[in-house]
Amino acid sequence: MHIRRFVAVVACTAVAVPALAQEAAGTLERVKQSGTISLGHRESSIPFSYYDDKQQVVGYSHDLAMIVVDAVKKELKLAKLNVKLTPVTSQNRIPLVQNGTIDLECGSTTNNLERQKQVSFSTTIFIVGTRLLAKKSSGVKDFPDLAGKNVVTTAGTTSERLIRKMNEEKNMKMNIISAKDHGESFLTLESGRAVAFMMDDALLAGELAKARSPKDWHIVGTAQSREAYGCMMRKDDPAFKKLVDDTIAKAMTSGEAAKIYRKWFESPVPPKGLNMNLPLSDEMKELYRHPNDQALQ
Amino acid sequence: MGYHWRWNVFFETVPSGGATYVDWILTGIEFTVAVSLSAWLIALAVGSVMGVLRTVPSRLLRGVAAVYVEVFRNVPLLVQLFIWYFVIPELLPSRIGDAIKGVHPLLQQFLASMVCLGLFTGARVCEQVRAGIGSLSKGQKGAALALGLTLPQTYRHVLVPMAFRIIVPPLTSELLNIFKNSAVASTIGLLELAAQGRQLVDYTAQPYESFIAVTLLYVALNVVLMGVMRLVEARSRVPGFIGSGR
Repeated sequence: MHIRRFVAVVACTAVAVPALAQEAAGTLERVKQSGTISLGHRESSIPFSYYDDKQQVVGYSHDLAMIVVDAVKKELKLAKLNVKLTPVTSQNRIPLVQNGTIDLECGSTTNNLERQKQVSFSTTIFIVGTRLLAKKSSGVKDFPDLAGKNVVTTAGTTSERLIRKMNEEKNMKMNIISAKDHGESFLTLESGRAVAFMMDDALLAGELAKARSPKDWHIVGTAQSREAYGCMMRKDDPAFKKLVDDTIAKAMTSGEAAKIYRKWFESPVPPKGLNMNLPLSDEMKELYRHPNDQALQ
Repeated sequence: MGYHWRWNVFFETVPSGGATYVDWILTGIEFTVAVSLSAWLIALAVGSVMGVLRTVPSRLLRGVAAVYVEVFRNVPLLVQLFIWYFVIPELLPSRIGDAIKGVHPLLQQFLASMVCLGLFTGARVCEQVRAGIGSLSKGQKGAALALGLTLPQTYRHVLVPMAFRIIVPPLTSELLNIFKNSAVASTIGLLELAAQGRQLVDYTAQPYESFIAVTLLYVALNVVLMGVMRLVEARSRVPGFIGSGR
């Protein structure tokens, strides 16, 4: 009986100790030991992180992630570093980072104070503004033009909160439609149910590029909020965060990031050869000059 | 797990002001009840007519009812909802389609959900009615016709009333189903109970409290419905048939 219990205790310890050790060691230490780094990516955040027609992960955020991977390899003086790619969704990305399944997630994740309680964010990689997509012939130029009209936005987004609040405060009598995802929001707009679609401008550019005749549509209006996208990693790992931050900052100040930007936002991108036609905004130019990891809300 | 339970979150004021999260949940219940009950009326009306047609001698009428059942029972509910909401207005002449899309979005969402749920459940009610009529002994129809009733009169006064008294228990479960299925309306933006629960998660970041509350409310709604249907069943059961032995 005693021996049995002893064996059980030993077995439990054997299982528990490596788990604890893994917990305590930093990400860099783990990567060095295993020779593998785990990246989280999105499946359809065009053009940030998504699958192309060959089922390869591509995108603006993914290119930046691969620069970080190179830096990690150099820092650890590894001859070979395996990259394990794990697709994530907006629901599971935070738990997967927390439980150690992925070391770094670069996609279209907004850095905000709420999330900072659970994970840590790198230097900002992109700044979006929440604006409107409307038909050129509709006459909608800015938010005040929406009074008394139907407006669509995607459920669960910052845009949804902002537009509901605006509707109440300014008594604009808009009818707000909350669609389940960006594709459905755009369908609602394109079919004429709504005169405008409010969302992050970069995502609007992605939807516009998918339209049957993109030249009929344009992105308008004063940005109602700014959001900073960042790469996500585990909290309290200063060594890894510093390496990621410095690498991304260097890519920005050296002009490498601007090159990647042009590749994804001002040139045709896979899978359909669509062009976002989204020139570098003033905020993005400022970010490239002075990279930082501040949340904007 | 380090989760902070905050059950009083329901009594906090919503960001746009003027209401608490409890008010959101209450309007959610109102929409769930309104859309489910109105769809149930459609389901009963269409299901009864089609159920009768499934049993009439005319091969053509039987065929029409069979096609209706096969189409509406074999296409997923979610797909049907998207067809009613997104596709039908595009297929109609553009003048009518634009007129439909011009009315208040809430009304569009409500009507699409009501028609969709009503016709989907109608196909299931139809099969219950057919089974109810089929379970009657052949002698009933024969006797009614021998008394000089016409075929429509036979259905109206003899077969259908008997069939409905027999199929109350399966109809109860269809009624409960329509309330649960009404949650699909949240996918086209109708803010019924399930949608309000999801919205509560987005706004408060308290997923467990929100979904537990929504779950309990669905259970409570269905317990009430079951109670009502028990009464109906007790009053309408036919002596000598299954379930009325006591």
